[in-house]
Order: sequence, then C-alpha cells, then structure tokens
Amino acid sequence: MSPIMLELLFRSLWETVVMTAASGIISLVFGLPLGLALVATARGGIAENLWVNRVLGAVINGFRSVPFIILLVALIPVTRLIVGTSIGTWAAIVPLSIAATPYYARIAEVSLREVDRGLIEAVRAMGGNRWTIVREVLVPEALPGIVAGFTVTLVTLIGASAMAGAIGAGGLGDLAIRYGYQRFETSVMVAVVAVLIVMVCGIQWIGDRWVARLDHRG
Amino acid sequence: MNSHVTWRAASATTEEADVIRLADVHRRFGETAALDGVTLNVRRGEILGIIGRSGAGKSTLIRCLNGLERPDSGSIEIEGREITGLGEADLQPLRRRIGMIFQHFNLLSAKTVEENVALPLKIEGWPKAKRLARAAELLELVGLTGKAKAYPSELSGGQKQRVGIARALAAKPALLLSDEATSALDPETTRSILALLKDINRKLGLTILLITHEMEVVRGIADRVTVLDAGRVVEEGPVWQVFSRPQAETTRSLLSSIRPQLPAHIAEKLTADVGGEAILGIDIAGPVATGPLFQGLSQEFPGGYRLIHGGVDHIQEQAVGRFFLAVPAEKTVGLVSYAERLGAQVEVLGHVADHA
Repeated sequence: MSPIMLELLFRSLWETVVMTAASGIISLVFGLPLGLALVATARGGIAENLWVNRVLGAVINGFRSVPFIILLVALIPVTRLIVGTSIGTWAAIVPLSIAATPYYARIAEVSLREVDRGLIEAVRAMGGNRWTIVREVLVPEALPGIVAGFTVTLVTLIGASAMAGAIGAGGLGDLAIRYGYQRFETSVMVAVVAVLIVMVCGIQWIGDRWVARLDHRG
Repeated sequence: MNSHVTWRAASATTEEADVIRLADVHRRFGETAALDGVTLNVRRGEILGIIGRSGAGKSTLIRCLNGLERPDSGSIEIEGREITGLGEADLQPLRRRIGMIFQHFNLLSAKTVEENVALPLKIEGWPKAKRLARAAELLELVGLTGKAKAYPSELSGGQKQRVGIARALAAKPALLLSDEATSALDPETTRSILALLKDINRKLGLTILLITHEMEVVRGIADRVTVLDAGRVVEEGPVWQVFSRPQAETTRSLLSSIRPQLPAHIAEKLTADVGGEAILGIDIAGPVATGPLFQGLSQEFPGGYRLIHGGVDHIQEQAVGRFFLAVPAEKTVGLVSYAERLGAQVEVLGHVADHA
C-alpha cells in the first residue's frame, strides 16, 4: 500500500473512532435515563405510569424501525440545525446518536428490569426514596449489563458508521467502499477489514474485562 | 458486647406498651381476602411469632406494617401513631424505625458487606466515617468482623442473613420484622440465626415480629404466637400454651411435624368398638408435666397401662408433654378421670382389638 493510501487509512480510522466514540457517549448519556424511565414507569415499577411508558415505548420503537440509511437522510434538516452542516464526520454523529440512543435504551432496560425486586423492596423498607433506589440499587446492580450493553452498542455503531459515508462523513467503511470495492483495491479492503476486526475485538475485550470486574453477583 | 449498640433509651421515647396495634385490618387482592379482619398487638420487647401456611396472609400482614402494602380498611398503629393514612414521604422516616430481614436476604450484590450494613445510615444522611464505624460495630455484634470488605456472593447463607440482620439494626430501629428469615437456611444455620435474634432481643430489648411457616422457629425463640389462616387470626397465646393445647385445626396441623403423633400402624388399627385396649392421647403442660402423673398412674393402676409413644418437651422453660398410652378397655374410665384430676388433658382416640 502506498504512503498516501496509508495516510488515508489512518485518517479514516480516526473518523470512525470519532463517530463511534461521540455517538456512543451521547447514546449512553440519553439512553440510560431513557432505559430507567422505561423500567420505572412500567407496571409495578417505582414510578408506575403506563401512559408515559406506552408513549416512550412507541417513540423508541418508531426510531428503531427506521433503517439507518433512511434515518441518515431523513435527519439532514435536524443535523443542519444542530451542527450547522449536513456533511462530514460531525454531521454523521447526529443521526448515529439518534439511532443508537433508543437501541441502547432498550438494552439498558433489559438489564435494569432484571434487578431483583426484593432488593428494591429492601431499600424501600429502609426508608429509601425513588432516587435512592435508582442510585443505590437499579444502576449499581444492573451495571455489569449496562456496561456489556454499551460494548454491544459501540460495535453496532462501528458498523453503522460505515453507512455515514453516504453523507460524506468518511470513516473506514467509506474507505472500503470507495477504494476497496469501487476501485478494486483489494489491499485496501483487506487492510480496512483487518483494522475493523482489531477494533471490534479490542472493544469487546475491554468491555468483557470491565464487566468481569464489576460483576459480584456470584 | 459493645455498649454503643444499646439503644433501649431510643426505643423508650414513647412509653406505649404496644409497639404495634392492628385493629380489624382488611386487604383483598381481587377475589381473595389476604387479610380478613386481623386484630393483634405486639408488646414492647417481646418476640411475636406469626405462623400460617403459605397464602395465609402473613407476607401481606408484615408488609402492611411498614407501609409497603396498604390495607383496604382497619387501623395500624406503630408506636402509637396511625400509619394507614400516611403518604410515601411520611412513611419513609417511619420505615427507618423498622428494620426488616428477608428470606432471600436481599443484600445488594454490588456493595461490600460494610456498605450494605451502612446503607440505611447513608439514607439517613450520616457522614461516611461515622456510618462505617457503626457498620463495624454491628458486624461485631453479628460475628462477622473479618468480612467487612467481602461481597455478599462470597458469603454462606447464614453469613448473608447475619449481614441482613446487621443492616436491619443499623438505624437503631424500634422494631425488627423478620419475613421467613430462616426459611432458606439449613436446620443448623437456622438455629444459629435464631439464637442471634434471641440474643439481640435480650441485649437490646428489641421488639421482634417474625413470620414463618415453621413451628420450629416459633418454638425456638418466640414468646407469643399468633396463628393465621385464610387472613384471620385463629389462635394466639404464649407459645408453650398454644403448643400444649392447640385449639384450632390449623394450629394442630402446623404442629403435627414437631409434636408426637400416634404411630401410623397403630392409628390404622383404631376402631370405635369398645374392647381390647383403649388408646389414649394425653397432653400435659406446666407444673403437671413435671409433677407426679406417672408415679401416680403406676401406683393406682399397677401394670394397667403401656406407654406407646411421646415425651416431654421444654418450651419457654415450661414442660410440655404429649403421650400415647394403651390401657385395658375396662380400666379406661378410671384412668382418664385420675389423669384429668391431676390436670392432664385426655382424649380417648379409639380401641384396638389386641396388643398394638
């Protein structure tokens, strides 16, 4: 591979890292509270409100049903409003975050829902309020699942970011399509796939290690 | 024991004799009445056992006491204060006066032992150093000093329940609720946990209300027992009295595993036809059980009876005996009236044709 191609590869890698990390963090920041809201408002939850629960669930399902490539294009006006442009790496972070947030909310919901109800009852019996239950029970007890789910979300985001080339966001996926596929540069394709494999394995490994450290459920 | 852990003074702020007073409490779930007019009281410093089969309403009852469940009607007073009308915000400080331990311990897996014990204090807003010092005191009380930094998953069931007890005591409650706290433990561990509860009751003067389906638990530590069946109180009284003379069918049936029963092969041969030998069931309790009943029987009816089964048990330092005797049919009337004169309760269960 030529030095120019190598430089291109590094630039694409950086773009992918930026897109994945930024949208990952945004989906964590918004998705976790959404997941908490879903669990709290569900039947028998700590702030049961079925009406809110249904509306939230429907909105999340709505976003999750739209194929990402469509979302990417459909959100262009929103992106322009937030970032000021609809083209480039930063512009891609908006649709990526909006797609990943409901995805992560559902993953967090599953982990939070599996927290033993007896623990919530025990903390209620000690005089804890809802906030205590969230802070001392729900989040810490579900943390291994929350972290594992975040790992899955990051890996999914790496995949989704490949499509962001469609709005000129660059990234490894874009590189593979334009050079590896459209120009038959097999070496570029192989290099991109190799880098992606290393990235995904790395994220998964770190995530698994972290979960193992957090998990005291025996 | 550490003198810091004494808080009789704190509990005695209200001079009420009853910590809990329930009057005509009802709670329905759909068609079934979980509590169907329960009236009872728990006196300061006592251990009250509430026993019943599963579905008798025990869990609903105990959960009504700290407002985790709300009764449909009736009155619940905790330390003289009516709690049925209280909202969630008013119930929270009340719950800090009531410790609770659970069948499955309900320890937070992500927190260490000391963090679990200190959690009620964190909720009360104690500074960290103070609450960890208090947790250390309590871990000493329950015999788990070395386990402060361990996670619950590293502990045995008995140790987990000790942590649960330490946690329940952390905020110096006036009352400890025990929800089947030994039901998930083996018999030996059960005994050690019951001994710990009894010890805490004596040393701290802490009132304990425990619900269980195991008569062994009530027999082991309770002062009084209340028997619950289908949401109603069917029997109550001092444990030794209820155990020696159970009146309700539910009580008898719950007691059947720990009281001597007529051996099945003899029970099969029982007939109502008078003749052969009569089989008597004799219940004695209190002074009679340690008195001269058998000596007297031997003198009055030499060679006239055989002991088939039974023995004397000691509950709350009271002797409680239950025996099955075989008596020649013709001597039955004399023996029964003699035993009853001495204060025994005698029941003629039937007759067997020959030597049973």
